[in-house]
Amino acid sequence: MNALRKKSKKIGWNRKHLLGLRDLTAEEITHILDTAEGFEQISMRSVKKAPVLRGKVIVTLFFEDSTRTRNSFVLAASRLSADVIEFTRKTSSVSKGETLLDTARNLEAMGIDIVIVRHGAGGVAKLLSRSIDACVVNAGDGYCEHPTQALLDVYTIRKIKGTLKGVKVAIVGDIAHSRVARSDMWAMTKLGAEVIFVGPPTLMPCNVDKLPVKISYSLDDVIDKVDVVNMLRIQFERQQSNPFPSIREYSHYFGLTAERMKRAKSDIIVMHPGPINRGLEIESKIADGKNSVILEQVKNGLAVRMAVLFLVNQAAAMSGKR
Amino acid sequence: MANELLIKNGHVIDPANGIDKKCDVLISDALVSQVGRIDPEIAESVERVIDAKGKLVVPGLIDMHVHFREPGDEEEETIASGSAAAVAGGFTSVVCMPNTKPTIQSETDVEYVHRKGRQARKTHVYVMGAITRGRAGVELAEMGFMSEAGAVGFTDDGDGVQDPSIMLRALKYAKMFDKVISQHCQDDHYVGEGVMNAGYNSTVLGLPGIDGLAEEAMLWRDIQLVKKTEVRYHAQHLSTAASIEIIRQAKKESLPVSCEVTPHHLLLTEQCCVDYDTNYKVSPPLRSVEDIEALKQAIADGVVDVLATDHAPHLQSEKELEFLAAPFGIASLECALSLYIKALIEPGIIGWSELIRMMSSNPGRIIGVDKGTLSKSKQGDVTIIDPDFEYVIDVNKFHSKSRNCPYHGWAVKGKVEKTIVGGEIRYSADTL
Repeated sequence: MNALRKKSKKIGWNRKHLLGLRDLTAEEITHILDTAEGFEQISMRSVKKAPVLRGKVIVTLFFEDSTRTRNSFVLAASRLSADVIEFTRKTSSVSKGETLLDTARNLEAMGIDIVIVRHGAGGVAKLLSRSIDACVVNAGDGYCEHPTQALLDVYTIRKIKGTLKGVKVAIVGDIAHSRVARSDMWAMTKLGAEVIFVGPPTLMPCNVDKLPVKISYSLDDVIDKVDVVNMLRIQFERQQSNPFPSIREYSHYFGLTAERMKRAKSDIIVMHPGPINRGLEIESKIADGKNSVILEQVKNGLAVRMAVLFLVNQAAAMSGKR
Repeated sequence: MANELLIKNGHVIDPANGIDKKCDVLISDALVSQVGRIDPEIAESVERVIDAKGKLVVPGLIDMHVHFREPGDEEEETIASGSAAAVAGGFTSVVCMPNTKPTIQSETDVEYVHRKGRQARKTHVYVMGAITRGRAGVELAEMGFMSEAGAVGFTDDGDGVQDPSIMLRALKYAKMFDKVISQHCQDDHYVGEGVMNAGYNSTVLGLPGIDGLAEEAMLWRDIQLVKKTEVRYHAQHLSTAASIEIIRQAKKESLPVSCEVTPHHLLLTEQCCVDYDTNYKVSPPLRSVEDIEALKQAIADGVVDVLATDHAPHLQSEKELEFLAAPFGIASLECALSLYIKALIEPGIIGWSELIRMMSSNPGRIIGVDKGTLSKSKQGDVTIIDPDFEYVIDVNKFHSKSRNCPYHGWAVKGKVEKTIVGGEIRYSADTL
């Protein structure tokens, strides 16, 4: 841990919040990944704990359903010996009654060091970071960003490929409503990868042409050209707005089937942020197949989140604000 | 002896009468009695004299689009607090929108607003009634009774009338009353959950967008309905280049249409939303630089009739919500004149005469209140402006109850010196 501490001081990670990856430099992202490598070792020990956040209080403030992200953060926090409070509320804010800021200020009054927040509205992490003194880690805000997911994605690719430079990544599915697609795009392009958004035009965001990505409406056109394919989850709740005629038709064009995989590079990396819809965006055979790194992603998520908690806490300590 | 007020030595701008020169204005018994060089002997006999040397003397400003939140949301604004803000902003007449709680949709509702306005004794308070009951867009509200009670027009502002058959019926029915039908052009089918302009910024901010099409589609539809009915139609707070082109074309065809813009759609862009500051959340949303340029060009070309505010006060606690959840609206009544100076006079897009036309005589004509000029025997509503006075906008000095104003801290020009309503000085900067 001492080695880690020295290293981050030298590089000068000085953000007490992790709100998104859009504002980060390639160096900062790489620094998180390097730090995560150190933490990955801890999970391999018989005693899976390090005392770096001992005495710190972390709250997971989740306004949206999530089990894996929250569990991953909670486990990361406890491996670093922090105390964790879990706060879950499913309702979104209303003008009367307790607002988001009321909730956050209440928690802060209890002496919170780090807030890990997940919310259905874009910008909530930023709003919190402006309003409270604790460190804020974004665990997903609306369609905006999900930085730790993207960090674990690039961490996973880097571990396998050695680098992101020149790696071609297809991100497939509901790009418009995906914070994972956005955070992946920022992280991957900053590290030198080429990103292609693949999906029906009705699921592409506004002015997608102004983003640093290529666009394709055909998975068949890109499947044989990419090194990584990241399959986004079909969100059934979005089906009400009917962005495509049926799930069957969607799967026909954008599902990762064994048939389609025949044309892919033999060493293609298959990713999915989970939870998967077997047989819809991805066939079971592929999800469980040799190219799939879906469980590896989950494992790496732990190391990445430990690194993030460690770094923001350290930056807060150095800034002397806490 | 008549109750007289002499405003002397000012630079009088009265676009309706083509006056743009240094002269005096005499108000007798609440009405304008003379504009020009007042005989020194008569001047001697007047007790109340204002020396307006170096100042502009203009027909009282008229804002045909304000939200005073009463009844229902008095914590945000009341007719009294809004009226105080109005005179501080130089407005001698305002038109309240009917999207209160309950909706203004009956003659008693209209009378209630008028009474509260009279009691406030600041500015003339007018009101538009709802087009449809509860602004639900389904059944017509009692336009006749409201007209008789003095409603100056009808609108479901806050929402557009979605169903074209209802809108057509409303326009037809309104033929009986010669009142303007004023539309918040926004086809909700295009809006969804949208909270800001649809574009690159909404994409990277992860916020649902509102395409300009929402406004343009309804405006275009309404113009077709106006062609059928030939009823006076007013398009509120236009925000896009394409909307302005629709109006430009309709005017070429001599249709009875008018339109307004707001300060924020001339001064702020969608870029302002990048920090999720909800003071920039407004409906219609802030658009692009290109849209602003098109609006300004239309103003220079005389296509825009009215410079309004859409003064929309909200509580701080509501504006502290997530961008997705916070209410739409900007409060700008008290600084609107300075904002329009900044947007239009300073860059030389229009001159003062055009500005006053769009802030006084045009809105006065559209709402049919016989105000907005300094013609003899018109109501003695006058605003005196120091056009070069520089100051910094400070929301904490607002008379409005709300502070949701993104212009806080802006350095601007143009101070309202005095606001005179019916010959009475209702606001004076130097007594503050």
